[in-house]
Amino acid sequence: MTEDTKRLKLLANTIRQDIITMLTEAKSGHPAGSLGLSDVFAALYFFTLKHDPKKPDWPDRDRFVLSNGHVCPVLYASLACAGYFPKEMLMTLRKLGSPLQGHPHRGALPGIENSSGPLGQGISQAVGMALVAKREARTWCVYSVMGDGEMNEGQVWEALLLAAKYKLNNLVAIIDRNNIQIDGTTDDVLPLEPFADKFHAFGWNAIEIDGNNMEAVLEALKAAKAETTKPTAIIAKTVSGKGVSFMEGKFEWHGKTPNPEQAAQAIKELNDARTALEAAP
Amino acid sequence: MTHPLKLVPDPFAPNIQKKSSRDGFGKALVELGERDKNVWAISADVSESSRTHWFAEKFPARFVQVGVAEQNMAGVAAGVAACGKTVFISAFGAFSPGRNFDQIRVSICYNDVPVKIHASHTGLAVGPDGASHQMLEDVAMMRALPNMVVLVPADMEQAKKATHAAATIKTPVYIRTSRENAPVFTTPDTPFTIGKANVYRDGKDVAIFACGMQVYEALKAAEELKQENIDAAVIDMHTIKPIDRAAIVSYAKKCGVLVSVEDHQIDGGLGSAMAEVLAEGWPAVLKRAGVAGTFGESGTCAELFSKYGVDSAGIVKAAKEAIHMKEVLKSYEVFP
Repeated sequence: MTEDTKRLKLLANTIRQDIITMLTEAKSGHPAGSLGLSDVFAALYFFTLKHDPKKPDWPDRDRFVLSNGHVCPVLYASLACAGYFPKEMLMTLRKLGSPLQGHPHRGALPGIENSSGPLGQGISQAVGMALVAKREARTWCVYSVMGDGEMNEGQVWEALLLAAKYKLNNLVAIIDRNNIQIDGTTDDVLPLEPFADKFHAFGWNAIEIDGNNMEAVLEALKAAKAETTKPTAIIAKTVSGKGVSFMEGKFEWHGKTPNPEQAAQAIKELNDARTALEAAP
Repeated sequence: MTHPLKLVPDPFAPNIQKKSSRDGFGKALVELGERDKNVWAISADVSESSRTHWFAEKFPARFVQVGVAEQNMAGVAAGVAACGKTVFISAFGAFSPGRNFDQIRVSICYNDVPVKIHASHTGLAVGPDGASHQMLEDVAMMRALPNMVVLVPADMEQAKKATHAAATIKTPVYIRTSRENAPVFTTPDTPFTIGKANVYRDGKDVAIFACGMQVYEALKAAEELKQENIDAAVIDMHTIKPIDRAAIVSYAKKCGVLVSVEDHQIDGGLGSAMAEVLAEGWPAVLKRAGVAGTFGESGTCAELFSKYGVDSAGIVKAAKEAIHMKEVLKSYEVFP
């Protein structure tokens, strides 16, 4: 394990603990997808993204566009961890008057590039942002995280076509391939396979990885950055609820929060994992 | 006819210039493009019809062709606007905002980014293409959205001004134009301020509030009413949101009888907006002329305006009905 990977794995562990704590306090929200994506977010916010939490409006920053807004706990936890706002604010999630809305609201908090919630809309905005950079020879890249259930939306495929047309190699879509959506598995609700082939057919580069393997995530992000002719889709196969044994792979936890006992159990498991990680070479 | 708002000298001259309001939009868009390099335009495969092609030819680096994909158009526009651009998206009203309401609501209005939504084919004026393309519910949808400004220019000159004005404000704006060539009765000197109605003709018996191509029809109707000794005011409601409450209330006080006329459903459009102001502001009789809960159909623009009562004859009829209603209510001592 390199210095970087160990650091990022520890950050992912911190993000997971914050997700559990904030959702337990909020008593509503979406833990499964948030936990599953924690490794990807640690990689993005603490390795890949060119950003400055002290200057959230820095014109040449990389843009991060969350398309499946319901996993915002992982975004809020990552932003707080990076220093965009004080960590105590996480405990206001979903409460009246809080800038941490149940789904993200642009302008409410530093670091939030787009409002989201209704699926399929983030990727179009990401395409617009990447297009501006491309047309004006700016250096920023655009990263968008999407859900696999979100790929049911027709708008997504409109956006994919346009990104390929304009050869947006500065655009990276990371699809959370956890095979879970609200009414069941994605295979049952609306099958997506052969998934990577669809991206290839739409003129995209596609990389399939284990989205909970930090080394694999970093490698995929580096490969996407090196792409020179087309946009890249990173199909990140994740385990929903990752890091909390009783949540892992269970779609019941898509939109349900833990009670205080379950939260204590989850934090204990995450702390054990952290101790093991710290002890590792 | 002369008046302070500097209309053309004779709006009813047979040789009055006829142009579409979409042309006004397209010309203003080019002027904006020349003036400001941060102005972008996006089309969903209808750039000529919606008059963004002039901009596209001149500024290809700031033009985006998204194909027949109005949902993506709204989202891409929001992304471009989030990078500091003022973005005009154009299509037929039936498709934008007809098909992409959710994207306009969340990606544009909730994000509060300066995307200007231009619909070039709207209302019965679309004509022979028939009901599917005759967008009659767009103003109702756009008017309900937070942060949105809704403009319905009356002619080509006013469409130019509306487009320029839209670019000067930071909020989302909906601009509803038409492809039908219609008399250009305003001039470059006619004032235009968002939210401020233009009174083209004062009157004491009935006040006709109109938007879009119906403003000209209302001016004609007022001339016809004059022959019958009915003194009608004509007010151009180019801005549906924010609505000019003061103009409505002042004519409610002055005439007590108002008519709204629009190439749109009477539920949700100008007529509804006026009814809301009157109910909360100053009770008066209001007769709403427009499409009353039905789809349109194929026909020429003139035939349809006549059939659905939004041409000058329909407005004359509505005005007389409104005046009659006032008399009836007076006899019951409902109104003074």
